[in-house]
Amino acid sequence: MNAALASASHNLAQVLDHPGIWRRSADRQPRVRALSTGWTSLDTRLPGGGWPQGAVSEILFEHDGLGELDLVMPALAALTQEHRRVIFVAPPYQPYAPALAAAGVDLRFLHEIHAGSTEAAWSMEQCLRSGCCGAVVGWLPDIDYRSLRRLQLAAESGDACAMIFRSAEHAAQNSPAALRIKVSNSDEATYVDVLKSRGLLTTTAPLLRMRA
Amino acid sequence: MLWACLRFPGLAFSAAFAVAPEAGPSALLDTHARQRLIATANDEARAHGIRRGQSVAAARALCPALEVRPRDRDAEKRLLSELAAWCYQFSGHVSLVPPNAILMEVGASLRLFDGWPLLVERVTTGLREQGHPHTLAATPFASASWVFAATADGMVIPAREGVIRMLGALPLTQSGLPGTAVTALHAMGFRRLDDVFRLPRPELTRRIGRAGVNWLDRIRGHASDALPAWQPPASFVQKIEFDAELDGSQPLLFPLRRLTRALANMLAARDGGVQRFTLTLEHARGESTRIGVAMAAPQRDADRLFELARTRLERATLPAPARSIELHADELPVFRPPVRDLFEPIRGDGLDWPTLDERLRARLGDAALRQLTVVNDHRPERASRYGAPTVTVSLPRGRRPLWLLPRPLPMRPEPAAVLAGPERIESGWWDGGDTRRDYYIVKTVHGQHAWAYLPPGTLDGWMLHGWFA
Repeated sequence: MNAALASASHNLAQVLDHPGIWRRSADRQPRVRALSTGWTSLDTRLPGGGWPQGAVSEILFEHDGLGELDLVMPALAALTQEHRRVIFVAPPYQPYAPALAAAGVDLRFLHEIHAGSTEAAWSMEQCLRSGCCGAVVGWLPDIDYRSLRRLQLAAESGDACAMIFRSAEHAAQNSPAALRIKVSNSDEATYVDVLKSRGLLTTTAPLLRMRA
Repeated sequence: MLWACLRFPGLAFSAAFAVAPEAGPSALLDTHARQRLIATANDEARAHGIRRGQSVAAARALCPALEVRPRDRDAEKRLLSELAAWCYQFSGHVSLVPPNAILMEVGASLRLFDGWPLLVERVTTGLREQGHPHTLAATPFASASWVFAATADGMVIPAREGVIRMLGALPLTQSGLPGTAVTALHAMGFRRLDDVFRLPRPELTRRIGRAGVNWLDRIRGHASDALPAWQPPASFVQKIEFDAELDGSQPLLFPLRRLTRALANMLAARDGGVQRFTLTLEHARGESTRIGVAMAAPQRDADRLFELARTRLERATLPAPARSIELHADELPVFRPPVRDLFEPIRGDGLDWPTLDERLRARLGDAALRQLTVVNDHRPERASRYGAPTVTVSLPRGRRPLWLLPRPLPMRPEPAAVLAGPERIESGWWDGGDTRRDYYIVKTVHGQHAWAYLPPGTLDGWMLHGWFA
């Protein structure tokens, strides 16, 4: 009886050792490898201290022009400065080179893919999976759960950082993304709100005030 | 010296059926004969009793489904030199033996390929992948190798005594002697080469002529073979003409695969790569479609070249059915295999950037992939451009938005508050693009930060030009 119990708990331990299993326990914090966001107050609120690597982060924003792209710029600038590729997939407007350069992006390592919605998801998946891109940033307003899941797997296999910008309307929907962040405006200021974060113990992360 | 001979018994078929592979019983006609006679038949046709020399009518009577085509000797020549190009990777001295054999000196390359068995395996596997049935033999004498390739596939005889012993056992019909000489010797009661080797030389010359004796000398290594070395060409052009017009891209894939394969073989021979090639499709009434295929870095892998060409071909719109396809490559730069750092972990598909770039371009088109560069111009719409980025840039002093609208739009509703500005941008009077605007950073009712301008001296007519996203 005791032997059977011991072997069962041994098996359970093996199962729990699997990297795909996230355990909510104090002594075995899941290790999340992350890319610093460059915003100190945001880093401290995220597991691993930044944008999760090898995973999808969703950035849900209420309107254009709330500083939603500013949120990812420090990380992208750092990647390009390390000569790692950053790919913009289907941006809604023209990324403005002087502003990107001023934010510290080395333009030689920034590429833009101009594509329709199906081609955009395909391109993003190819880039993520390739293993030669540091971060892939996609504007995919109509992406569905299945495609998000594909991108999540592609990001895992290529160990790339995937960032997807979508409208805040999708906040209530289910999503396989490892991190979901909402950028909204209220009381005259922009707030960054962590909606979901894989590996984070407390789900009620306080708001971060980004700009007045 | 060790001469390996490759014989391709199916070469005439492969050449004549370049557009679509033969399916079912097929035969080739000898076009030189006054009557249309069967020159060669494939296995299925032979199973129906079709033989060389039969008339087409007789063959059709035996097998109504027989597909008949004329021999295409030019295509055979091209295919043979294409195969020679492929063989060039194994030997520096490759020689063509028309109509369907190739000789290569492998004595010098045996060490490089770790001996004969491994070399044979590489040759055989490579040819099988390309779908070329072949036989192979090697001896120190080129002519003897040619003889053995037909009778003793896979044999290698390194010493002269062995060659002579093996030759002696051969029936005269397989000796490679001219037909008249074989008939004359048969009439004298000789059956095997052994018997002939024993004859006194003057007697033999009288019976089978100088050419026959000369041949016997060459296969025994008494006389040397003059073998012109094949030279890889400097550019690549190959065209396949179709018997019927082919509609749509799907039927073109088979000839396309043949062309890209031929190109890859030639590149392997030159130890080169290709960075750009052109496919030309000819239609009826002399129209033609040109499809350019460009790569980020020189390539030479047959499958990669085919995949790239295929994606381009499938994306192209063909105005009419095609009558021929041509592949033309002028630029054949040196090929350097991609080097990967030994300690760099391979992630995901493990692609390098040029490969990914190529894959994206092949599907999305060249225009879909672009980079940004900063241009030293005060006019915002000209300060950012798609193009190759430069390292040194001078940036405008004022704050600039991350998003720029493709063209300014009237701003509705008007800004709720002005956060910064104005910044006067006045430029372009010298080139007709005269611009005079006062730019402000403004805030909308939704809390968005926008980049908007007013004509100098006015307070309405707000134009939205960018978002501080």
